[in-house]
Amino acid sequence: MARRFTGIGLRTAEVGLALLFAAVAALAIADALDIGAGWSEDGPRSGYFPFWIGLILLAASLWQLVGALGIPRRLGFATREELGRVASVLVPAALQVAAMPFVGLYVSSALLITWFMTRLGSFAIPVAAATGVAVAIVAFVVFEIWFLVALPKGPIEQWLGY
Amino acid sequence: MDQFGLLLGGFAVALDPWNLALMVIGIVLGVVIGVLPGLGGANGVAILLPLTFSLSPVSAIILLSCIYWGALFGGAITSILFNIPGEPWSVATTFDGYPMAQQGRAAEALTAAFTSSFVGAFVAIVMITFVAPLVAGFALRFGPPEFFAVMFLAFASFIGMGTGSPLKTLMATMAGFLLACVGLDSVTGTLRLTFGTTELIRGFDFLVAVIGLFGIGEILTSIEEGLAFRGANARIDLSVVRRTWAELPRHWALSLRSSLIGCWMGVTPAGATPASFMSYGVARRLAKPGEVPFGKGRIEGVIAPETAAHAAGTSALLPMLALGVPGSPTAAVLLGGLMMWGLQPGPMLFVEQADFVWGLIASMYLGNIVGLVLVLVAVPWFAAILRVPFAVIAALILVICSIGAYTVNNAWFDVVVMLCFGVLGYAMKKLDYPLAPLVLALVLGNRTEQAFRQSMLSSQGDLGVFWSNWLVGSIMTVGLMLLFWPVISRVRGAISVQLARREG
Repeated sequence: MARRFTGIGLRTAEVGLALLFAAVAALAIADALDIGAGWSEDGPRSGYFPFWIGLILLAASLWQLVGALGIPRRLGFATREELGRVASVLVPAALQVAAMPFVGLYVSSALLITWFMTRLGSFAIPVAAATGVAVAIVAFVVFEIWFLVALPKGPIEQWLGY
Repeated sequence: MDQFGLLLGGFAVALDPWNLALMVIGIVLGVVIGVLPGLGGANGVAILLPLTFSLSPVSAIILLSCIYWGALFGGAITSILFNIPGEPWSVATTFDGYPMAQQGRAAEALTAAFTSSFVGAFVAIVMITFVAPLVAGFALRFGPPEFFAVMFLAFASFIGMGTGSPLKTLMATMAGFLLACVGLDSVTGTLRLTFGTTELIRGFDFLVAVIGLFGIGEILTSIEEGLAFRGANARIDLSVVRRTWAELPRHWALSLRSSLIGCWMGVTPAGATPASFMSYGVARRLAKPGEVPFGKGRIEGVIAPETAAHAAGTSALLPMLALGVPGSPTAAVLLGGLMMWGLQPGPMLFVEQADFVWGLIASMYLGNIVGLVLVLVAVPWFAAILRVPFAVIAALILVICSIGAYTVNNAWFDVVVMLCFGVLGYAMKKLDYPLAPLVLALVLGNRTEQAFRQSMLSSQGDLGVFWSNWLVGSIMTVGLMLLFWPVISRVRGAISVQLARREG
């Protein structure tokens, strides 16, 4: 049976982030070599600067990685409960962003606020929904009408004639 | 004195009724932003920047810089009343501010905090008024190698003088430079690091990165700690203000010292947060024995960090205006604003856009006076914001952040990028990677690269161009010394231990 998930260790997190930076650096170096990291008649080529920056980042990340491997395993980065709380914000936020191209920003924002208030704030659904709709309407007035900034809109706004 | 005439002209610009109204709006918004965890000076300004295109550059910079002053004031409110620093630079204010509030001296602490913020800012603005034109005049002689050297110096001092791990600062800086490279290379027209996608041709906009790293990242760290607000109530009545003001002149030496620390740390890109800690630390070390110890509610413990933080936050605009090298993340966002409004940052700004520069400087004087009055009067209302449940605030901030990220380029992809930067910001913050150098490198990346390429071009690839005259040579040498400062100080430490052992 698998061990119960208790959280992410500090060592895992440090190693993970160092690897991420190293990967970015490697990508940059590869791309720079691809477009030419050397010298042409009219000066340094496009890849010249990213190549050297990437090289420095790669070296620093690998150095950091070696250091991170020495971190004791018992040190924690975030416990299961902490990660749960982070997910309770991050997952709805990601869903809102994902829904934006389909239902527009206003509807998805109203839904997000309603969800937050009922789930994290233990408000009654009517109160939460009313707040969500009110915020969406205020945002609509401020952006679409005052500042004339067009934000993503969905079928409901189209049906209303916008 | 030439400056006085120019400054008077600036006041004429800033006292325009429309600009005055923007100033008040900016300060109020700024205080709200400063009070709310998750919204800070940098991302507050970043979110509002795309909305300023319809304004003239002067009005726009007055609005945005006033948000910055407001945020500097606002951070103190939550630190003192709720023991929650609204901004990183007000962490040191909690040490003595919150104990004072618990003893029922909240109004006194708040008055002291606001007044010393004002004093710190005032000293910094006076310094900007007189020093910035000199620096800019000096910098008019700069060519590409000198500019690269100045940028190098700025980033080197981050790495060498920062409080965190130099290696992590180096990584954050380099990552910022790489992110700045993504997209169309303006010199040759080559696409870089886009990997065939059309969305990446535009590159990573620093506004999107700032909103994600500071805004979303901050929300995630706050919720992880299971934030709950419980705080003291405060109303400031006039008698307390008068009593506190009567007491403050006794601390003139402390104020002056803290202002100078702040100005120094603000001009070098160390920033407001280390300045506030350093000033608090110095004040504590110089305290006389036999008094109330620091950390138990001493008014000096509020004055020192607040003065220094505000002085640093304000003087961070000096290098931004005079050299085009911002001294703090918020100054970096403002610098990005200049470029978006079509102004070329750098010393020429003082020559070509004198109205703009002096209007801004005059608005700093006025904005801080307006801010001081406003926060003294309106503290209870601002504090009431934190009685709104976090579930509502967090949802609102998320919505505001996604609107802000979307409006930068009218692109949904940017909102996705913002969320990714949010997760990155959360991880970086928890692992003590500094975010400021990443943002600064992202903003300055293209100009740094251009300066580097032009220098290389003129010297045909010889790095010796950076030591070709005494000016660029000395800037580069100081930069290198700062860069290797962690190594140098370790070696020096080892030597002195050796010597001590030999003598002992």
